[in-house]
Amino acid sequence: MKVINFMGQRKLAMAVSAVLLLTAIFSLSTRQLSWGLDFTGGTLVEVHYSESADLKAIRSTLDGGGYAGSIVVSFGTDRDVLIRLPQGHADTDGTALVRLLEDTFEGTVELRRIEFVGPQVGDELREQGGLAMLMALGMVMLYIGFRFQFKFAVGAVAALAHDVIITLGFFSIIGLEFDLTVLAALLAVIGYSLNDTIVVSDRIRENFRKLRKSDPLEVINISLSETLGRTLVTSLTTLLVLVCLALLGGEMIKGFAIALLVGVVIGTYSSVYVAASVLVLMGVSKEDLMLPVKEGAEQDDLMP
Amino acid sequence: MLNKYPLWKYLLVLAVLAIGLLYAAPNLYAPDPALQITGESSAQIIDERTLSRVTGALEEAGIEHFGEVIDPGGRNALVRLGDAEQQLIAQARVQRALGDGFIVALNLAPTTPEWLSDLGGQPMKLGLDLSGGVHFKLEVDVDAAMERRQEFYETAIRRALRDERIRGIVGREGDLSVTARLRSEEDRESARTLIADNHPELLLERGGEGESWTITASMTEQMRTEIANYAVSQNLTTLRNRVNELGVSEPLVQRQGQSRIVVELPGIQDTAEAKRILGTVANLEFRLVANLDAPESEKQRFEYRSEDRAGSFEWLERDIIITGERVANAQASFDENGRPNVQISLDGEGGTLMSRATRNNVKRRMGVLFIERKFRTRYELQEDGSEKAVQIPYDERKLLTAPVIQSALGAQFQITGLDSPLEASELALMLRAGALAAPISFVEERTVGPSLGAENIRLGVKSVQFGLALVVLFMILYYRVFGVIAVVALAANLILLVAFMSLIGATLTLPGIAGIVLTVGMAVDANVLIFSRIREELRDGRSPQMAIHSGYDAALSTILDANITTLIVAVILYAVGTGPVKGFAVTLSVGIVTSMFTAIVGTRALVNLYYGGRKVRTLSIGGV
Repeated sequence: MKVINFMGQRKLAMAVSAVLLLTAIFSLSTRQLSWGLDFTGGTLVEVHYSESADLKAIRSTLDGGGYAGSIVVSFGTDRDVLIRLPQGHADTDGTALVRLLEDTFEGTVELRRIEFVGPQVGDELREQGGLAMLMALGMVMLYIGFRFQFKFAVGAVAALAHDVIITLGFFSIIGLEFDLTVLAALLAVIGYSLNDTIVVSDRIRENFRKLRKSDPLEVINISLSETLGRTLVTSLTTLLVLVCLALLGGEMIKGFAIALLVGVVIGTYSSVYVAASVLVLMGVSKEDLMLPVKEGAEQDDLMP
Repeated sequence: MLNKYPLWKYLLVLAVLAIGLLYAAPNLYAPDPALQITGESSAQIIDERTLSRVTGALEEAGIEHFGEVIDPGGRNALVRLGDAEQQLIAQARVQRALGDGFIVALNLAPTTPEWLSDLGGQPMKLGLDLSGGVHFKLEVDVDAAMERRQEFYETAIRRALRDERIRGIVGREGDLSVTARLRSEEDRESARTLIADNHPELLLERGGEGESWTITASMTEQMRTEIANYAVSQNLTTLRNRVNELGVSEPLVQRQGQSRIVVELPGIQDTAEAKRILGTVANLEFRLVANLDAPESEKQRFEYRSEDRAGSFEWLERDIIITGERVANAQASFDENGRPNVQISLDGEGGTLMSRATRNNVKRRMGVLFIERKFRTRYELQEDGSEKAVQIPYDERKLLTAPVIQSALGAQFQITGLDSPLEASELALMLRAGALAAPISFVEERTVGPSLGAENIRLGVKSVQFGLALVVLFMILYYRVFGVIAVVALAANLILLVAFMSLIGATLTLPGIAGIVLTVGMAVDANVLIFSRIREELRDGRSPQMAIHSGYDAALSTILDANITTLIVAVILYAVGTGPVKGFAVTLSVGIVTSMFTAIVGTRALVNLYYGGRKVRTLSIGGV
């Protein structure tokens, strides 16, 4: 097997990560996220027209009907229309709006869904989501610190934070709506990226014990090369289903699939470069992993 | 011998798979669209005659129907329909034929064979995003309930001081306290004793120096929680009653967090209608039971509300002593002899009215009426000849109880002579529900049309199929025989996942489907880990049997670590998240557990069956 000198490029990778992170943070602080209805509160109506819908006509109907300032966009097809009412219309009855549209259209207008979220719910959700994220990171750090070693925990959490921030930044730059399902996807990205990082860390730990080499860079390079095949295959299978989900799953699931797609790509990269680079930065050495004895016993099992 | 499982391990894998197949099976039987008919009150028995009116109405409308059954108790009946499209028309027709007094609800009747349901087999429930329906989130205004209670204490204390001729100024302070300013230290002490006697639950604190002497009575944090809990549970009860009236099968009314209530109504489309019925308030009236010789014009007849006393009635006077808004609280409790009773507190004004009314009527009886807003359906002929159902509201007054007045009553009194603590707590609950409930407001509302629900299912299933096909193709091309084995394990994993979700009664939502898709992608990871280990071992020059053995062993701890950490994330998601996030977390965590079993134990069994216990020169595992 050819050992690829991954760590030789780590300065370059760090620069790339730094640029990505800074861009993400810059966009998050200036453009912010385009929060979905779940977080901002407000009213959203999705309708299905029997023939292709004239968005301009709908807008003027709404303006005249007391729903001025509504955002009207087509949703997936030209017959599906999404209407988001401005704030302050919170109590407006969505069914009345659908009736209004029906009256001004010759074909049929079918109600797909109405969502109304009060403003206080949105605030709570944002808090809750942030809390979930922090809790997940904390618990994971504890578990890895306990199963591996503190330096690995820092590496893993750095990789996770890296992935989450860049994925959030992607949503901010592209201006994709950030709703509850995207939040769920983001948490799934944490799970996925973690999975990857742990597989790599596991191999690094094993090789430090097995190869007894003193050069950490070399050990990490060998480990990354050994796990590269697996990393690529798993990412590929996951990406295959995610692409299916994004293309075929319908509009309501698209944001979810896109968040995961971005997250999985970044997560694959970060498990190779971020987690391992942090280990090098923190000066990981074989002494870190020699104890405890019980872990060494696992090695003996490999012998025939 | 290397790579041979003992027989019991093969049997275990087979048994798990068989059980999985068994419990996943109910999902293969598509449910029938159906109508469920229930009597509005328990007195309304559904018999063959009712049923023949139902079938008559359906036949007249030319709607295909079959499989009519009546519950053994005659409480409800189920009629299956041939076509889901006609469900709404059928509901309108049947409701029309039966009139008020019956509730006709849309339902989906399971078609699970009897032997399967006897074993506890049931199909997965569909979330609102897949089945269509309305989701409401209501906020109970706990602060308003607190304010009412504070107001009650303010008037009660002011009145008590005045009655005892202690001069002072009583006012509310902050959110939880009432303060009395008194003229002398002496007054303060007697006020203190008075308040402590009347309201032992309050926390008292002396204050003020020099000119003014104050005493501050505060509600404790514990009382605050209790009041909040009361406010929520009282709203829960009334909401449950009203939801039943909406005629929805399998509605969900559930408390969420401190002060929220979630109501989910599958199949409902008209949110305005649902909101009107959910939003109405119940009320109470206290009236004296009329004397036997009272003329007809001065009395009214009311039936009892409770089912045990259905049919019996009392004549009450037309004059109302007080209504529910004067009731501050009602609580089930025990008297000194350990008998259950209900303690009622009125506000100051209510106390005066009550004592005035009861002073001269000791030994007579007083009836408590529960008033509920109900709706009657009327059919109006439209201009175009079609009929439109119109809901006409009316107040239904029913008697809760009619106890004997033992002595002149004041702001606080109790109802005794109850049969059981259960009866006491039910009565207290109804009294609280009828007392002006803590106001509720809608903070979230989601409606999903049935066509969108159906489309979500279609798209979800389609993307699972395509994703699965691509993964299968890739795995077989890349890992050959081992790929086939992984694919078999993947299929088994999906079966187990569906079986487990059905068994625990989990609800399948759109994010849930996404969770399944993600599981498909990630479930192969364990096998990829194992297979690349085996390839490595082969490269290192080990024999095929050795490579299999050590490949599985070496990958195990990695797989465990990776899956446990992901499981941690899933569990946190479940604990913190609500709605869609929760649905996703459930499928993800179930998927992790089942995939570990199929990917480690399941594939090993197949590999052992195929390669184990014989001389193997090469492994079909793709390019080494």
